[in-house]
Amino acid sequence: MTVTAPIGLSDLRSFLHGLPGVDKVGVEARAAALGTRSVKAGSKAKAIDLAIRMVDLTTLEGADTPGKVRALCAKGRHPDPGDPSCPPVAAICVYPAMAGVAHAALAGSGVHLASVATAFPSGQAPLEVRLADTRAAVEAGADEIDMVISRGAFLAGDYTRVFEEIVAVKQACGSAHLKVILETGELATYDNVRRASWLAMLAGADFIKTSTGKVAVNATLPITLVMLEAVRDFRERHGRQIGVKPAGGIKNTKDAIKYLVLINETAGDDWLDPAWFRFGASSLLNDLLMQRTKLTTGHYSGPDYFTLD
Amino acid sequence: MFEYAPAPESRSVVELDSSYGLFIDGAFEAAKDGATFKTVNPATEEVLAEVATAGPEDVDRAVAAARHAYGAWSALPGAERAKYLFRIARIIQERSRELAVLESLDNGKPIKESRDVDLPLVAAHFFYYAGWADKLPYAGFGPDPKPIGVAAQVIPWNFPLLMLAWKVAPALATGNTVVLKPAETTPLSALFFADVCRQAELPPGVVNIVTGAGDTGAYLVAHPDVDKVAFTGSTEVGREIARTVAGTGKRLTLELGGKAANIVFDDAPLDQAVEGIVNGIFFNQGHVCCAGSRLLVQENIAEELLASLKRRMDTLRVGDPLDKNTDIGAINSAAQLARITELSEIGAAEGAERWSPACQLPERGFWFAPTIFTGVTQAHRIAREEIFGPVLSVLTFRTPAEAVEKANNTPYGLSAGIWSEKGSRILAVADKLRAGVVWANTFNKFDPASPFGGYKESGYGREGGRHGLEAYLA
Repeated sequence: MTVTAPIGLSDLRSFLHGLPGVDKVGVEARAAALGTRSVKAGSKAKAIDLAIRMVDLTTLEGADTPGKVRALCAKGRHPDPGDPSCPPVAAICVYPAMAGVAHAALAGSGVHLASVATAFPSGQAPLEVRLADTRAAVEAGADEIDMVISRGAFLAGDYTRVFEEIVAVKQACGSAHLKVILETGELATYDNVRRASWLAMLAGADFIKTSTGKVAVNATLPITLVMLEAVRDFRERHGRQIGVKPAGGIKNTKDAIKYLVLINETAGDDWLDPAWFRFGASSLLNDLLMQRTKLTTGHYSGPDYFTLD
Repeated sequence: MFEYAPAPESRSVVELDSSYGLFIDGAFEAAKDGATFKTVNPATEEVLAEVATAGPEDVDRAVAAARHAYGAWSALPGAERAKYLFRIARIIQERSRELAVLESLDNGKPIKESRDVDLPLVAAHFFYYAGWADKLPYAGFGPDPKPIGVAAQVIPWNFPLLMLAWKVAPALATGNTVVLKPAETTPLSALFFADVCRQAELPPGVVNIVTGAGDTGAYLVAHPDVDKVAFTGSTEVGREIARTVAGTGKRLTLELGGKAANIVFDDAPLDQAVEGIVNGIFFNQGHVCCAGSRLLVQENIAEELLASLKRRMDTLRVGDPLDKNTDIGAINSAAQLARITELSEIGAAEGAERWSPACQLPERGFWFAPTIFTGVTQAHRIAREEIFGPVLSVLTFRTPAEAVEKANNTPYGLSAGIWSEKGSRILAVADKLRAGVVWANTFNKFDPASPFGGYKESGYGREGGRHGLEAYLA
């Protein structure tokens, strides 16, 4: 990686294809090795609180109702109602149609409101529709937008189109933060994950996010490792820090801690902050709470001691 | 960076006696003259146990026991010998936690290595050669290959139990009996292995363990009733053994030193190459004969690669070998630490630029911070001599031809690594490297099915795989 000049659109392809390749065996071995780190006692307690603060508590179902979304917002504000020392989550993540309800429910809490937009999860709608979707979410109060890229265009090699669409959505976001979902499960190779990461960052993403949670392969440790390397290298070259959000399939504390270890030993502690790293998850939060209680009280409480929302 | 709380593996899984005897003919006994030596934990300098020093009479008895056991053992059908080996392999798996902690205590290597690399490979070796025991007529060494007799095996301290497995498993599978001498700084896991043999009800005398220093080993390999000598260790000692054995009719395999080139081309997968460099030289504190101790990096990416390497080295965790998060443990002995220190000072004096990450080393014990030397040329001693420690010499090259020339420009030829995303380049370069193992886009990968051994002064003969049977078959 030697290019330091800003990238012209005509150079995009040669730039992305000039990025160093990713060796599949090597990156998976590295992620697995970091997964064996043993995080115990005081460092585990700190990791759990940090992980709670990094959760984008998510509901993205056709069956979502105002009642369900309000309940989720209440949970996000006070994940453990019995313990005031338990921090709130980073954000609540909903469909645009639910953004208004969530906005009202989160008012004054400091919990961010993220909305998926751009014809989530497939992105297969005309650009105008996707931009309108984005604007509607922002108008309803979302301060973070999770967009999807056109995987079809990316896989067809039409990088310019993907780039321009991200630029357009970013514009539609106004002051809202833009998370760009690469849908890594559909990009299939680590080389593609690296290229798509750079493409999104060059186009103005504030965050790069692995997945919609709606396809077979969602967030994995090695995919997140490749993305963390990308944000680390991007900041080194362009001076701008980009966040990372693995989403989908992160279900328990043990997994969440592996991700924190990955950050710790790859991108570094600048990313160990909810401003720069998020977990897109729903069931993860309750496991974090259960482990947190275990650490404080010394024993496990049954699942009925944690709220279901 | 968030700190990990100490996560020590429990020592209590290992029960150490205060003293250990020699394992001869299925029983532990003291040395005839009562001589002993102490083995210490290199991380703390604490004495772990006293161990018998085998003198000539003890070695005589061990060789006689092996000779006596040879008749019945070699006459067993292969399938019967296999049963013992499978049993040994399973017992090792069952006791792997205990053996891993023991290995880390006596050797100084991090528990995550003894747990995740050494012990699984030890068991895998026994399983692998157990599988060959009843298939020897199909191994490609004739329709009815025969064992050789009594094998004298001398192993080093860097992978005590794994090197034992490399030696003992093929010898037993092929119907030989053995007298094995572990290194004097790491005798304990071999003595625990003796206990595994008893547990497996291996007939007495098939495996004998004699502990001691260089004298014991010299007497063993020179013993007239030994038919086969296998040695892993330094080139200097290997040369001496070759002289001793010359003209005696004994079969000999030597696995000696190395100064492997790890070649990184400008089209390499850089993040994984950095991992491979780190793994190549800092794995097991660099106490690895096939360590990638010479980094050959294409000059046009040298600056960028070195920056990444240094950043990565900043995250290496040096310290308590029993802590599950330790990446680099203790140097095995004061003598080895002195050698590493001396060669590193020579490197600096010769004008190479020395760099280590900031890391706090424990006060007691033998420690050396991971170190790289940049600006090294072929003329520097640190580019030519085996350091056998966590010290990397970085050289640059401009073209593939120059990389090959520099890589081969060494008296050694044990291993090499190539990093490139271009398959044709990997194949072309690998073809020209004179090294027993060439790794492509990885390093220090071992498998019992893969033969291992050197060119030139790195030794002769192969261990592992089908090839590894040959050294034990007539």
